[in-house]
Amino acid sequence: MAIYQALLELADDHLVLGHRISEWCGHAPMLEEDLAMPNMALDLIGTSRTLYEHAGELEGKGQSEDDLAYLRGERDYRNCLLVERPNEDFAHTMLRQLYFAAFMYPYWIAAEKSSDEVVRGVAGKAQKEMAYHIRHAGEWVIRLGDGTDESATRMREAVDALSIYVDELFDSSPAAQEAEAAGVLPKRADLRAEWDKTIAQVFDEALLTLPAVPFAQRGGREGLHDEGLGHLLAEMQSVYRAHPGARW
Amino acid sequence: MYSQGLIGADGRTDETPEFLEAFQQRVDAEEKIEPTDAMPEGYRRTLVRQIGQHAHSEIVGMLPEGNWITRAPSLRRKAALLAKVQDEGGHGLYLYSAAETLGVSREQMTEELHSGKAKYSSIFNYPTLSWADIGTVGWLVDGAAIMNQIPLCRCSFGPYARAMIRVCKEESFHQRQGYEIIMTLAQGTEAQKEMAQDSLNRWWWPALMMFGPHDGDSEHSDQSMKWKIKRFTNDELRQKFIDATVPQAEYLGLKVPDPELKWNEEKGGYDHGEIDWDEFWRVVKGHGRMNRDRIKARKAAWDNGAWVREAATAHAEKRRTRRMAAE
Repeated sequence: MAIYQALLELADDHLVLGHRISEWCGHAPMLEEDLAMPNMALDLIGTSRTLYEHAGELEGKGQSEDDLAYLRGERDYRNCLLVERPNEDFAHTMLRQLYFAAFMYPYWIAAEKSSDEVVRGVAGKAQKEMAYHIRHAGEWVIRLGDGTDESATRMREAVDALSIYVDELFDSSPAAQEAEAAGVLPKRADLRAEWDKTIAQVFDEALLTLPAVPFAQRGGREGLHDEGLGHLLAEMQSVYRAHPGARW
Repeated sequence: MYSQGLIGADGRTDETPEFLEAFQQRVDAEEKIEPTDAMPEGYRRTLVRQIGQHAHSEIVGMLPEGNWITRAPSLRRKAALLAKVQDEGGHGLYLYSAAETLGVSREQMTEELHSGKAKYSSIFNYPTLSWADIGTVGWLVDGAAIMNQIPLCRCSFGPYARAMIRVCKEESFHQRQGYEIIMTLAQGTEAQKEMAQDSLNRWWWPALMMFGPHDGDSEHSDQSMKWKIKRFTNDELRQKFIDATVPQAEYLGLKVPDPELKWNEEKGGYDHGEIDWDEFWRVVKGHGRMNRDRIKARKAAWDNGAWVREAATAHAEKRRTRRMAAE
C-alpha cells in the first residue's frame, strides 16, 4: 500500500493548494488575476482528481476520488505544510505558488519515466501547467520584489515566512521512498539543484535573497499539520459529510 | 452572467434632425454601428450604461457563486464551478473592453460601481444559502440571462453584439450545468429534494424580476427598441422565460411557487401571478439583503489590491527606464 499512500500525499498537495487559491475567487487585486487564479486552481484540482482516482483503484477497496478527498480528517491528510499555509496577501500567495511549482515542474519531468502509466499521463500534462505557474507566479514575484517600497517589504516578509517550509518538499516519506525504489515516482531529494536554480533566477530579478533557515518545519507527511488545515477541511467537507451516501 | 432590464437609462439626445434621421436609417438597415462611427450622444450614453451594468453584473455575480467553491460537494462540481465563475470574470473583462471602445475606462466604471452610481443586476443581491442555489442560479439566472442576451447578439452596436455571441455560448453551457445540478438533487435523497425545492422557492420571483419592470413602466424601452439595442420588450422576454422554464420544473417534480400559474391555451403560454414590485424597487434602490455586502466585498478586493496594482505599474516604469538607458 506504499504506492497508494505516496499517491495520496501527492494528491493532497494538489487539492489543498488548489483549494487555497480558489479562496481568492472574486477577491483578487485585478480582474486578470480573478481569471488567472481559478485557472491555476483548476490545474491543481484536476491533477489531484486523477491521482485520487488512481490511488483508490490501486488500493482496491472501492474508494472514489470524493471518498478520499471528503472523508479523511486532518490527521489523515498527508500534504506538505507549504501548500496549506494561508493566503495572507498576494505576495504570500504568489511566492507559495512559485515555491511549489518550481518543485513540481522538474518532478513531473522526471515522472515521465515512471513505471506507472497513469503517473506518466499526469506528468505529461502537469509539467506544462507547472511551467505556466512558474512563469505567472515568478513574474509577480519579480514585479512585487522590484516594484514599490511596500510591495518589496511584503515580498520579503513572504520569503521570510514561507522559506521554512521548503525543505520538506525534498523529503520522501517511507511510502514515497518505496514508490521511488519501485520506479513509480521520482526521487524528491534529486530535485533540489533544479529548484535552487529556478528560484535563484527569479530572486535575482526580484532583488530578493533566500534566507538561511535556522529550523525547517516538517510533519505534513505524518499528518502533523498547522491549525489552519482543520478549518480548510471542515469547510470543504461540510456538505459532503452532512449527507452521507448522497450523490451530487 | 447578465444585465437586468436597463436601470435608469438616459436616451436623451440633441443632435440635428438630419443627423438623427441618417443614423436611424443605418440602424433600420441593420448596419452595425462601430466605435469610430458618428452616433447620437444618447445612443452612446445608453450603451455605456447598459454594457457597464452588464459587466458589473458579471463581476458582482462571481461573489454569490464563489461563496460555494470552497464547499462544493464533489471534486467534479468544484472544478466545474471554478470554471464557471472564471467564465463570468471573462465575460466581465470582455464587456469592459466593449464599453471602453465608447470612451470610458475600466477604472472609471469600477469607481462608479463602488460609489453606487452604476448599477448591476439585482439578482446578485440575494444570498446563496445552500448548494442547491448553485444549481438554481445556473438554471434560472443564467437561463433568464440567455433569454435577454440572445437578442443582444443582433444589437446594433457591433462590439456588444459580437461579445454577446461568445457569452451566450458559455451561458448556455452554464444553464445546462445548473439544471443538471438540480436534476441530481431532485432525483436524490429527501433532504436533497427539499434543498432543491427550497432553492426554487427563493429564486423564482427574483429570476422573473431580472427582466425588469412591466413594459408600461419601463421608461426608456421605446428608444432602445428604436435604436435596436433592445429587440424584445421586458414582458415578452419574461413570458418566453416562464414558458420555457415551467415544463423544466415539472419534469423534475418541483413546484413553481406561484399559485396563479396556469397554462393559457388561447395565448399559448402561461398566465402567472403578479411580481412583488415593491420588492423589485427596494432591491434596485439598495435595500436588498446583500447589496451592502456585495459592494463592500468588491471595494475590499479593489482597495486591498491597490498595492499590487501600484507595484505592477512601478515595475513596468522601472523596466521602461532601464530599457531606455540601455539603448
